[in-house]
Amino acid sequence: MKSLEDLARLREEVRERIKVREGAKAVRITVGMGTCGIAAGARDVMAALLDELAKRGLTDVTVTQTGCAGLCEYEPLVEVARPGQPKVTYSYVTPEKIRQIVAQHVVNGQIIGEWVLAAR
Amino acid sequence: MQELALHILDLFRNAVEAGARTVHVAVREDRTSDRLQIEVRDDGRGMTPDQVRTACDPFFTTRSTRRVGMGLALLQAAAEQAGGGLGIESTPGGGTRVVATFQLGHLDRAPLGDMAATLEVMAAEAGVQVEYEHWLDGRVFRFSTRELEERLGAEARGDPAVLTWVERHIREGEEALRSPVREYCKGVDAR
Repeated sequence: MKSLEDLARLREEVRERIKVREGAKAVRITVGMGTCGIAAGARDVMAALLDELAKRGLTDVTVTQTGCAGLCEYEPLVEVARPGQPKVTYSYVTPEKIRQIVAQHVVNGQIIGEWVLAAR
Repeated sequence: MQELALHILDLFRNAVEAGARTVHVAVREDRTSDRLQIEVRDDGRGMTPDQVRTACDPFFTTRSTRRVGMGLALLQAAAEQAGGGLGIESTPGGGTRVVATFQLGHLDRAPLGDMAATLEVMAAEAGVQVEYEHWLDGRVFRFSTRELEERLGAEARGDPAVLTWVERHIREGEEALRSPVREYCKGVDAR
């Protein structure tokens, strides 16, 4: 399998990145992955998010998943916590939107106001 | 939910919420008997007989954020509309096993869908081991996060590059599983 050949190279690459990382990660992204989130498309949002982070080689971002927040009608929900900024919850996130959230908010610190459900 | 792969992810999330350390996922397709079986087995805290009885009731949930739990009810409906059904075995402290069966060729059977994306998202759950096997007429594709950690180190698993590798690897494995004819032709060409 071709993917198995890539694995050895990946091992070195990741080892280097972990060395660079050191200490606490700067940005935490949480994707709602309850039944409601999954039914609304959260899986593909998460896959697009991981793909975008991998492409950009971002090392200081942690991605976690959470269950239902009781706001099912706004799913998929994604929370971005960036040091020095309020925690922002984006609603109705799509794979296209999450790539833009990474570019604008995660990398450059610019909150995309029109997609925000709540900030605290 | 439009794909069975989404139901599988949902069952996995139930297992995580139940404190599972290892989750086994098996997809068994058999064209001769026209059956599809999906099994998700975990070592989480399990359920009491009363909880098992009400698990498929959409108005039962262990969650407190809202009072309905749709996941198992939706899977049961998807199985029953495709000539199958849903079974749950669970004991407190002994984990839970959910088995959904379908008539493989049933017109109303939802497609299996994107297992690569489902397993990528499952593998992203740190601290939970995933054992996956997909059988198709006696052939099998297997994937294990434990093996991946043995090769790369446990701390590497959450790296986005590793997780997108998982997605590519599963996609490749699933495609190879579905294309025995192409493999055979390649063999013929090589001679």
